[in-house]
Amino acid sequence: MDMRALYDRLKALYPLGELTEQRANLAFVTLPAEYLRPALLHLRDLEGYRHLVLLTAVDWLEDGLFQLTYLLCNRSRNCDIGLRVMLPREGATMASSHDIWPTAAVYQRELREMFGIDFPDSPGVDEEFILEGWNDIPPYRRDFDTLKYANDSFAQRAGRETRDPETHMKQQLYPDRD
Amino acid sequence: MKPELMKRMVKGPDGVEFEVEPMRDYYCDAPPTVQHGAYIKIVEDFFNWARSQSLWILGFGTGCGAIEMRPLMTPRFDAYRYGIQWRPTPRQANLLVISGYLSVKTLKRAIRAYEQMQNPKYVVGLGSCTINGGMYWDSYNTIKCLDQYLPVDLYITGCMPRPEALLAGFEDLKKLIRAGQAEGANQYAERFDWYKANQKQVIHDWDMPDYNW
Ligand code: SF4
Repeated sequence: MDMRALYDRLKALYPLGELTEQRANLAFVTLPAEYLRPALLHLRDLEGYRHLVLLTAVDWLEDGLFQLTYLLCNRSRNCDIGLRVMLPREGATMASSHDIWPTAAVYQRELREMFGIDFPDSPGVDEEFILEGWNDIPPYRRDFDTLKYANDSFAQRAGRETRDPETHMKQQLYPDRD
Repeated sequence: MKPELMKRMVKGPDGVEFEVEPMRDYYCDAPPTVQHGAYIKIVEDFFNWARSQSLWILGFGTGCGAIEMRPLMTPRFDAYRYGIQWRPTPRQANLLVISGYLSVKTLKRAIRAYEQMQNPKYVVGLGSCTINGGMYWDSYNTIKCLDQYLPVDLYITGCMPRPEALLAGFEDLKKLIRAGQAEGANQYAERFDWYKANQKQVIHDWDMPDYNW
């Protein structure tokens, strides 16, 4: 259960960043991309983190970085650790992990399509995943303007109104209060 | 184009080789035509009465609204007592209910399903998403206005519409059919080029014949 002890054991082997302890049984740590694979194998084979819960990305547009998070779970001890890797946004590429966890291939296909992060040699990574015939920059990138794309691509019906739910419901339910 | 759609030679189980061109062999390439009414009004009215009593919904759900069809087709709301039934294939259905947001990818399947249905056929749009995009109005992936792509006979508002609203909507649809106003399929045939142009504007990887009947 003790994430700090696990961190110290890993720290002796890999150059790790700070430990962020979210809960007693959930912590995150950042490490350089080239150490990710040995760290994943170490956690899986020696520390009991046998389940890849998710692989996801964050677009740090202002810093020019993508953050990948590999969240691993140790079922028997009921704790999770997230490994974070920062990649340069330009031409982002990461080594594939599908041979460690086959499910990673699916996440990697998704990340390739939605963020444009490449995972060479991952099965089917260049095939279409969810989108069909997509013709713009990957839609989960923060510099993708979804409203503009929607307005340019789809006919909108005139006369649509948008209300802020909070103010609207206040007016409806408590008109005399401010 | 996907490899399975390309023209190719296939070897049958009996060893005979033959050519297959999926884009032509499996489809009719004649566009839909307008179906004219019967020769006198009273006969057409009778037909429309019969049609209104015979709604067969294609069991195809596209958005969150599809979840409301389950209580509707089971004993809780029991739409069958109104003469409304669900069918598993487009060939056996005459009512396509677009039950919520429609992503571009699903739109392609919905168009194919619609075109495979036999005349007379009707389309009902369910929920805000089919009308003006609803809460997905700024999504990169969903169409905002269903009637640009398929001929909608009736919209049912709500997000999501409850089964009661659907039942009321189906009763309204019956009235439209009896009044001879549910002419969506004929509008589709008349303005076929307009619909196809709209469809192709959003479906970028158009890999099916123009008419899939
Ligand atoms: S109208 Fe509402 S319930 Fe229906 S598909 Fe859209 S968001 Fe979902």
